[in-house]
Amino acid sequence: MTLILGRKLGMTQLFAEDGTVTGVTVVAAGPCVVTQVRTKDKEGYDAIQLGFEDVPDKRCAKPQLGAFRKVNVAPKRFLREERLQAPAAVKVGDLLRCDVFKVGQKVDVVGTMKGRGYAGTIKRHNFQRGPETHGCMNVRDPGSLASKRIGKVVKGKRLGGHYGASRETSKNLTVVRIDLERNLLFLKGSVAGPNDGFGPVQSARTPPQKKAPPQQPKAAAGAKGAAPAKQEKKK
Amino acid sequence: MHLIEKLERELGKKKTPTIHVGDTVEVHYLIKEGDKERVQLFIGMVIAHKGRGIRRMVTVRRIVQGEGVERSFPMHSPRVKDITITRRGKVRRAKLYFMRDRVGKQTRVTELLGDKVRREREFEKALRASMDEASATPVEVGS
Repeated sequence: MTLILGRKLGMTQLFAEDGTVTGVTVVAAGPCVVTQVRTKDKEGYDAIQLGFEDVPDKRCAKPQLGAFRKVNVAPKRFLREERLQAPAAVKVGDLLRCDVFKVGQKVDVVGTMKGRGYAGTIKRHNFQRGPETHGCMNVRDPGSLASKRIGKVVKGKRLGGHYGASRETSKNLTVVRIDLERNLLFLKGSVAGPNDGFGPVQSARTPPQKKAPPQQPKAAAGAKGAAPAKQEKKK
Repeated sequence: MHLIEKLERELGKKKTPTIHVGDTVEVHYLIKEGDKERVQLFIGMVIAHKGRGIRRMVTVRRIVQGEGVERSFPMHSPRVKDITITRRGKVRRAKLYFMRDRVGKQTRVTELLGDKVRREREFEKALRASMDEASATPVEVGS
């Protein structure tokens, strides 16, 4: 697994030679500084801590400032930990850039979704709207909550409520292009959160290469399994 | 300048012709015929444009055998080789969707004439000339 911290800059599009357009999210990723190396002996597991984006000393809390001073690294706004299977190959103070990824690689991006406040069922759960005319009064209503026989509202019933401002992971985005000079990653597809939003696009994390392929066949197998079952029912 | 804007300038074409709604244009579009590629002309009137930077699209409308045909072209697509303006139109709307309801003589648009148009045309000509000089291969115009 590879981790890098970044910020979402916005979206644009790329043209291929044959004119096909790819919508891409541009992420300013890295450079990240290794601020701590955790070892099995000391902390009980192997990991590295990455810091991203400088912050003035006065903006940094004193305990953190002390930690940064100790390793002789400028204070950083973001700190995230990356778990490792083997002892770390990097030292404290090493720089990680967006070239830790390759073009064509799949990555996961974590972002904080834009807050939508108290949202109804249409926005929150993709419910359908009722008719607007002919005397209908149930335009954006959630509809029936349960049957009379059940006599209660089932736990987990999808209703209106607070929506957004939550951590969302966009999985398996393809790295389309890498700009090492400006530390930019071009990812195919969208990422949760606002443009330039601080923190939202916090990391691009590759799914373990071994895990990624089984995921798709499983889903496909599930779909196939479901389809024949339906046919049997019809018969 | 915001980085996205900067990137779009770098990724897109260096110069695109200044096209206004109401203009009659010729779009040189690269089409595939089997293994061969050739430039096809789509001549019509610009009825709308949308998007900024590399995402800019123009919608061109023409009448083919009594049937209205509209095509949207991404200005920065590598398939769009060139767009030439044959006539400037005088219109008072940003989107000429009302043209869809019109046939025959009603679809006429008065030509925009005057110093400004002349200046723009000369500027465009000079720009094209300079671009031709800059690139060793002249701009391919299939007429």
